[in-house]
Amino acid sequence: MNGYFSSYLTVAVLLAIGLAVVSGALLVNRLLRPHRPTPEKLLTYECGVDPVGEGWAQSQVRYYVFTYLYVVFAVDAVFLFPWATIFAAPGFGVATLVEMFVFLAFIALGILYAWRKRVLTWT
Amino acid sequence: MTTHYLVLSALLFVIGGVGVLVRRNAIVVFMCVELMLNACNLAFVTFARQNGNLDGQVIAFFVMIVAAAEVVIGLAIIVTIFRTRRSASVDDVNLLKY
Amino acid sequence: MTSQVPDLWPPSAQEVVFLLLGVVALGSALLVVTTRQLVHAALWLVVCFGALAGGYLVLTAEFVAWVQVLIYVGAIVVLLLFGIMLTRAPIGRSAGLDSGNRVTAATVAVGTAAVLVTVVVQGFATAYTPLEPGGGAAATLGASIFRSWVLPFEALSVLLLAALIGAIVLSRTDIRPANPAADAGGPAAPTTPPHPPDPAPPPADGSGATAGETGSGRVSRDGG
Repeated sequence: MNGYFSSYLTVAVLLAIGLAVVSGALLVNRLLRPHRPTPEKLLTYECGVDPVGEGWAQSQVRYYVFTYLYVVFAVDAVFLFPWATIFAAPGFGVATLVEMFVFLAFIALGILYAWRKRVLTWT
Repeated sequence: MTTHYLVLSALLFVIGGVGVLVRRNAIVVFMCVELMLNACNLAFVTFARQNGNLDGQVIAFFVMIVAAAEVVIGLAIIVTIFRTRRSASVDDVNLLKY
Repeated sequence: MTSQVPDLWPPSAQEVVFLLLGVVALGSALLVVTTRQLVHAALWLVVCFGALAGGYLVLTAEFVAWVQVLIYVGAIVVLLLFGIMLTRAPIGRSAGLDSGNRVTAATVAVGTAAVLVTVVVQGFATAYTPLEPGGGAAATLGASIFRSWVLPFEALSVLLLAALIGAIVLSRTDIRPANPAADAGGPAAPTTPPHPPDPAPPPADGSGATAGETGSGRVSRDGG
């Protein structure tokens, strides 16, 4: 009981220290710097030239393709983690191995489809 | 202990439900549906804890996976509708209305 | 299974932590629903999911907590942000709330919340299990999945395959929709993307063409 909660308490304290360091640095920066804004200073920075157009750039759907490929394979990995801890244990024989390979085969069909439809090429 | 978690789950579910009813942008409606799914996951895990069983956690795990697949397809549909209709508002997708 | 419910005061450390996480989760969920800026809604959703992951950790379901962080915060919120980008959401405030529905929705929400909370409190007031770190680690969950839940696991692989193929088909850029400017005349039927070239030859035109004709001299051509 103490081992579990105290170890996660350590993780939480570490997270809090990290947040405190970052926000403390930003706070000290904010308190110490001069603050005299003019309209020109508040313009959006675009490498030195005057900004034109609206904020959104032309987004392309190929970024979305890679994002959802990542989602499907993250789900795949999340199933692999518990499997990896138990498949060699007594009571889980070759059947568990074969089951995971069936799972991976189905997902591999998906990536094969993506490859054949030229979704994986960048241009 | 159990009632506290279940009350949180119920309140989160109701907040998500209000969001689905009220918001106009399709993506925000999606976010509220994810809120409702999370509330259900919390209830599952609470009952798994309560009964000393692992089944609730396994079901919550499966629900998360299915929610991920659903978001993939749902957003692809929303983006496709946006490409032709130029609007991501749920009020504008009423072509089947008489 | 059910032990004696401890008194509410003094609260144990886990109760205090859970209360803080619950307040954060509820507050950020409210902000998701009511904020007028879309990107802020996605970011408050991240806070809500993080608070819920902390709640799972307090409930000693650590594998579920880390899957929540990995899948929900790491993948689903990124997908939502990409969706916001791809649908050209307005930066800054937008008229998000439909004010006509607001009163009705609030009434329905308060009523439903009252019913649910009453049922839960009445039904489970005497249910309590002390929080001990038992199952919840990856090994025990894996043992449970690969013993009793193998069939849903395989079915999920087929579901993921279907989702992947569906998303690829929906986002193919070589199938161009017709020019949306041509639709400006009215809410005509939305242009469906043209089908990829049909490899099978179209059915024999002869039978279709002669069906409408009244010419008696034409001999109907049968296919094959």
